[in-house]
Amino acid sequence: MPLPLLLAGLCLALPLSLVCGAALGASGLSWAEVTRYLWAGLTGGAIGPDEVPAYTIVWELRLPRAVLAAVVGAGLSAIGVAVQAMVRNALADPFVLGISSGAAVGANAVLIFGAMGALGIWALSTAAFLSALLAMLLVYAVARTERGLTPLRLVLTGTAMYYGFSAVTTFMVFAAERGEAARSAMMWLLGSLSGANWAAVPIAAGAVLAGLAHLGWSARRLNALAMGDETAAALGVDPGRLRKELFLVSAAVTGAVVAVSGAIGFVGLMVPHAARMLVGADHRRLLAVAPLAGAVLLIWVDILSRVVLAPAELPVGVLTAVIGVPCFLLLMRRRAYSFGGI
Amino acid sequence: MRIDIDALTVEIAGARLVDQVTLGAADGQLVGLVGPNGSGKSTLLRCVYRALRPSAGAVRIGGEDLHSLSAREGARRLAALPQDAVAEFDFTVAEIVAMGRLPHQGPVARTSDEDRRLCDEALAGVGAGHLAERGFLTLSGGERQRVLIARALAQQPRVLVLDEPTNHLDIAHQLEVLALVRDSGLTVLTALHDLNLAALHCDLVHVIDGGRIVASGAPHTVLTTELLADVFGVRAHRVAHPETGALQLLFDLPPARPTS
Repeated sequence: MPLPLLLAGLCLALPLSLVCGAALGASGLSWAEVTRYLWAGLTGGAIGPDEVPAYTIVWELRLPRAVLAAVVGAGLSAIGVAVQAMVRNALADPFVLGISSGAAVGANAVLIFGAMGALGIWALSTAAFLSALLAMLLVYAVARTERGLTPLRLVLTGTAMYYGFSAVTTFMVFAAERGEAARSAMMWLLGSLSGANWAAVPIAAGAVLAGLAHLGWSARRLNALAMGDETAAALGVDPGRLRKELFLVSAAVTGAVVAVSGAIGFVGLMVPHAARMLVGADHRRLLAVAPLAGAVLLIWVDILSRVVLAPAELPVGVLTAVIGVPCFLLLMRRRAYSFGGI
Repeated sequence: MRIDIDALTVEIAGARLVDQVTLGAADGQLVGLVGPNGSGKSTLLRCVYRALRPSAGAVRIGGEDLHSLSAREGARRLAALPQDAVAEFDFTVAEIVAMGRLPHQGPVARTSDEDRRLCDEALAGVGAGHLAERGFLTLSGGERQRVLIARALAQQPRVLVLDEPTNHLDIAHQLEVLALVRDSGLTVLTALHDLNLAALHCDLVHVIDGGRIVASGAPHTVLTTELLADVFGVRAHRVAHPETGALQLLFDLPPARPTS
């Protein structure tokens, strides 16, 4: 597909999807109402006193949720691209570094044992982010060698840590005295945007935008790194340094994203591959398409998670897999797409 | 531009893989590096294209210490075909060749018309212009090697370093690769396994064994039967090419092992 057309389509789809995210949901509000509330929210216009509950739903609940879905989708997709190049493995995703399962330990400590209660609504995100950083330091310290970070060691260390942290998390869920706490822990593990509010947006969006800026800046170097460390060196790219940068960026963005949404799976694996099928392997194109596509995708998956079983909600991670897996397999069969020669 | 390796030593985990190696290639020369497996050829070359920092000694390119240049500046003077050049992701041929322009481009600069022209020329120069839109992973070994040479040429280097460029190629492609490299007019330093190819193509041959240079000179003076017995442990006969008179080697099979 021609790149400009695809990018234009995605740039158009993103704001439209955000509006849909604000319009669609369990309580049926008309499009006219929704657009009026959105306009009022954007311009600070007045609304009637009896409209406050509906306005709150649109402006304080649904819209920040759609925006956060976009931020999380963009972040996971871009980091998926970066991690695949960093460990030179088409099967890698943002969670392969063990950062997200580290974050889960902190999040569950809050959800189940009420840790960091003094921080109030910030306790969950803060604990998740801090334990993500801790996991990052641990993975880095173990994976590092004299020659810097090597792909295989990174994947193996990350995967081992993943199982270690998951064991801790599972133990916590079993130790939980209240069933409700275990349920919310489960929801978090599968990923959910139900806790979204405007306060969560700036930090997550800031981290994702900074990450995107760094990756965009490094796109050509990522191409070289994907060809092998030796080739990268011969092209004037220091593979050890680049991999260190990518590790820090991936860990920070993954930490910030899972802190607000839990571990939403499959997006970070599927979107990079889908984008490659559409525009090829060049990271300059990939890093333009993947975040936009991921943002749009996650907004819609989140909408579905709210409406299919309304008023109950499905964890987003369940839907990304249910929708993603068949689409992905279909695309793979239809196109002559090569997964690293597989 | 000439390249000189000066008393280069590489120690990794206490093992001395390359020991005080000194050798040079004059402007436009094709210089071969031969030696048995594990003799230190690749380690030495990795220092030259900066995938490895030597423990001691220097690599000088046009008289300047290569490792004191920035990585980008170094890559503008010296291009390499390392052995790992296998893409995990399916880049097109055009994308692979475009990577050769990386040391000349800013991180966010657009690809210029000049970049495009140089890449097209490089690809056409190796007779692979028609492959531009093909996926690299769909190419045959010989086609891949031609494309990687085009990438190196698009880098506009003064010196070209190759690590076993003829590995896994049939004889026609082996000859073709060396002809392309020779025709580039660049100063070339290449590791080679095939001693007959080295004898045919190289202006100068350095023999490396156990990390040390044990002989250097023109192929016909260096590749003696004594040296081949000492270094490679093979019995060889020297013959003259019937048409060109160039040195060629014939090898004896090792004596059959007694079976029990």
